[in-house]
Amino acid sequence: MKALRKPVYFTCGDYTVSLGTGRKEFNPKKERPGLEHYIAEAGKGALAQIPDAAAIDEGVVGNFMAARFNRQGHLGAMLSLVHPSLEYKPSTRVEGACCSGGLSLASAIKSVLSEQSDVVLSLGLEVQNTVKAIYGADILAGAGHYAGERKNGHAYFFPAKFSDRAGAYKERYGAEKTWAAMGRWYEQAIVNARKNPKAQEFHNTTEDLFAAHQAMKPNGKTFCDHINFLDCSKVSDGGAAVLVVSQEGLAKIGKTKTDAVELVGLGHAVADLTAAPPDLAVLETTRRAAEQALKMAGITVDQVGVFETHDCFTITGILACEALGLAKRGEGADYVLAGHTRLDGKTPFNTGGGLVGYGHPTGASGVRMAVDLWKQLTGKAGNYQVRLDPKRPYGLLINMGGNDKTVVSAVFRKGLPGDN
Amino acid sequence: MDLDSRLTHVAVIGAAGKMGSGITLLMAQEMARLTLLPENKGKLFRLAAIDLDPEALRGLQDYVHSQAVKAAEKNAMSLRAAYADRKDLVENGEIIEDFVRRVDSMVWPSTDLSAAKGARIVFEAIVEKVPVKVAVFKQLRETCDPDAFFFTNTSSVPIGLLDKEVGLGGRIMGVHFYNPPPVQKLVETIRGATTRDDVAQTAAEIGKRLRKTLIPSADVAGFIGNGHFIRDGHHAIAEVEKLAAKHGWPSAVWMMNRVSQDWLLRPMGIFQLIDYVGVDVFQFIEGVMDHYLDEKLTNATINKMMELKAAGGQRPDGSQKAGFFEYERGKITGVYDPAKRVYLPLDPQGWTGAADKALGELPQPFRPWKALLSAPDKDAALALHFKALADQKTLGAELARAYHQCSREIGKGLVSRGVAAKPEDVNGVLTSGFYHLYGPINDYLAAGVSR
Repeated sequence: MKALRKPVYFTCGDYTVSLGTGRKEFNPKKERPGLEHYIAEAGKGALAQIPDAAAIDEGVVGNFMAARFNRQGHLGAMLSLVHPSLEYKPSTRVEGACCSGGLSLASAIKSVLSEQSDVVLSLGLEVQNTVKAIYGADILAGAGHYAGERKNGHAYFFPAKFSDRAGAYKERYGAEKTWAAMGRWYEQAIVNARKNPKAQEFHNTTEDLFAAHQAMKPNGKTFCDHINFLDCSKVSDGGAAVLVVSQEGLAKIGKTKTDAVELVGLGHAVADLTAAPPDLAVLETTRRAAEQALKMAGITVDQVGVFETHDCFTITGILACEALGLAKRGEGADYVLAGHTRLDGKTPFNTGGGLVGYGHPTGASGVRMAVDLWKQLTGKAGNYQVRLDPKRPYGLLINMGGNDKTVVSAVFRKGLPGDN
Repeated sequence: MDLDSRLTHVAVIGAAGKMGSGITLLMAQEMARLTLLPENKGKLFRLAAIDLDPEALRGLQDYVHSQAVKAAEKNAMSLRAAYADRKDLVENGEIIEDFVRRVDSMVWPSTDLSAAKGARIVFEAIVEKVPVKVAVFKQLRETCDPDAFFFTNTSSVPIGLLDKEVGLGGRIMGVHFYNPPPVQKLVETIRGATTRDDVAQTAAEIGKRLRKTLIPSADVAGFIGNGHFIRDGHHAIAEVEKLAAKHGWPSAVWMMNRVSQDWLLRPMGIFQLIDYVGVDVFQFIEGVMDHYLDEKLTNATINKMMELKAAGGQRPDGSQKAGFFEYERGKITGVYDPAKRVYLPLDPQGWTGAADKALGELPQPFRPWKALLSAPDKDAALALHFKALADQKTLGAELARAYHQCSREIGKGLVSRGVAAKPEDVNGVLTSGFYHLYGPINDYLAAGVSR
């Protein structure tokens, strides 16, 4: 895609609580809500913001592995659980590992651009707490190349993949600063999550988060060589929804451009799933997808005021700063250590907690990111609202699947009064 | 015969009991691990799990299965390495399932002692009664091959005596696991006068394989662990008898239990521990020790509790039965009053509160056992605790100092009588087997504290 053929807007976002360890109401021994609940709750959160659900033309459901976590396929046909008026409307389930939510957004965008729909309900969800973590690791490993990597892979497949990335980065650029930056990323994620009542780490009361992270030295005998448990995003149940609409669609749902954000750039790239990453210390696919999105938006990264990146592990947050061009190679850690990614920094990242703080209901994450950016750019982020520099009215998201294999990046612009 | 060959055929007698089931699980897991080694391909490994109670054997199979699943899940990383050559088993789930199937099928349950035929290693974990043990071992001597080794889990019966009574020619040794065996690190090893070197060597290797901490004890009834525990319990009972005159029996039991747990920073109070072990088991051990040692070690209070059927111990599902205390979900809810033969419910606003008040404040700053267990500053915190305790003038502190002193004397007595080779062994048993934060032989209150 070279340019957007017509304006596309995002509005009326919402997401559920990210349920899992850390939330007070979470009890692994008690029965919990399933897929049906999350698709309905997330969708209803979006629909509650418009006068008539009948305005929805279509649904897209992003989900990674319900077929294994929940023994359920065919999630597209759950759309009408959101509202009865959605019965008999088109709905598609899309999958791209942890980028499934990003693909839900991309698919909704394409539907609007193709003029098949004016109002698309983009959903994402995952319910992962149905199995213990050791079996969840098997399921999530499906985001890697089963035939090529699983047998020789770690019991905790993906943590080990990103531990290897952290190890490569440490070795090349210095273990001490890398480890400290990972600790600061963790601290920032939890600090932000404590301001977001729906975040999995909202109830976290650890006093010195950085010290807690630094004290937990990685141990390859019990987990991974270069990361600890705190470096990992959570095992989560959750759902997210947002409306992706055309200009006509905005009118149909009674919204103005200032209620919405305008999509101005989209990047979508995949790398060979069967091949090893070219450089463990670089997120090359992420870099390319973000580059595409910024190019389409016609802006540079310096014009972006707020970011949502895919910090499935703290090291990924650091690497994303480099992939985006905010820091040179090897200096992403310094960038984080300087505090630039904090809520009060010059480029706030993952303001509602991100994957480490809010949680990572895999198929929902891409949609949740769009919702958080929409909240920030429309002043609806509540306790974690950042004061946006008027000269940098853009938000950028990166949603990554697998080991930097499928990436969707999107750039949004705040709706300005003159737009209406 | 090397250990791996011996481990192809193992028997556990009393396999469905509390200790026997834990030993069965540990051995079945180790034997299942051996089946994965290339050199053992095609070899048959089996563990005869023998118990009189068929229903309990069925429960044993369920227990072994559920515990094997948990252990395999926890050890998935090392299991993946052990299964590296099995190209057909890829996911954690597949590997865990295969390993658990191996553990499950290792256990051959039987109610017949003759099922031990052919076993090269036999663990005995039956009731702590000498004549019963002797009778069983005599039958095993006839059933098993002449090169079989016998390991008894007795916590009190002298090994030399068993060998003499049964005639095993030194093929027996004490290998005393702590409850529950899969969790507790400590194993007390007891060589009788006749125990052969190769038997002792095999016991040591098994302990190492199971990653246990082995501490040797001399072959003196009660060994180190119960040598301390029984006398420690008797001290608490004697104190209760004194306190009861003023405070009443239930309050006195409550008070001494709290003093041992909170003032001495133990994982549980002494009477809760006796209930956990079982008042009945406590009485068996007393009986054995009393019989073989030149010391009166039976106790009227314990005998009375047994007469009144307040025997403690656990139900098959692991829940705690009533003894000195009554429990709900593992928490104390009432204290037994032998005079009225009822459990007096705890009453923080009433009698329990009054008993707590009589004990006085805890030494400050107070950090409970659990908080200190893995605290990096544990040693400094303990020193601080005992310094505060030494200076306190409350009844609680007075009782605690006397208790501490008594525990120390018991420990030193075990060394001076040669039961333990050195003070570190006594301390090791109490810290690794009883989860105390410190050993009884210490200098925390050494500066002449008296009551």
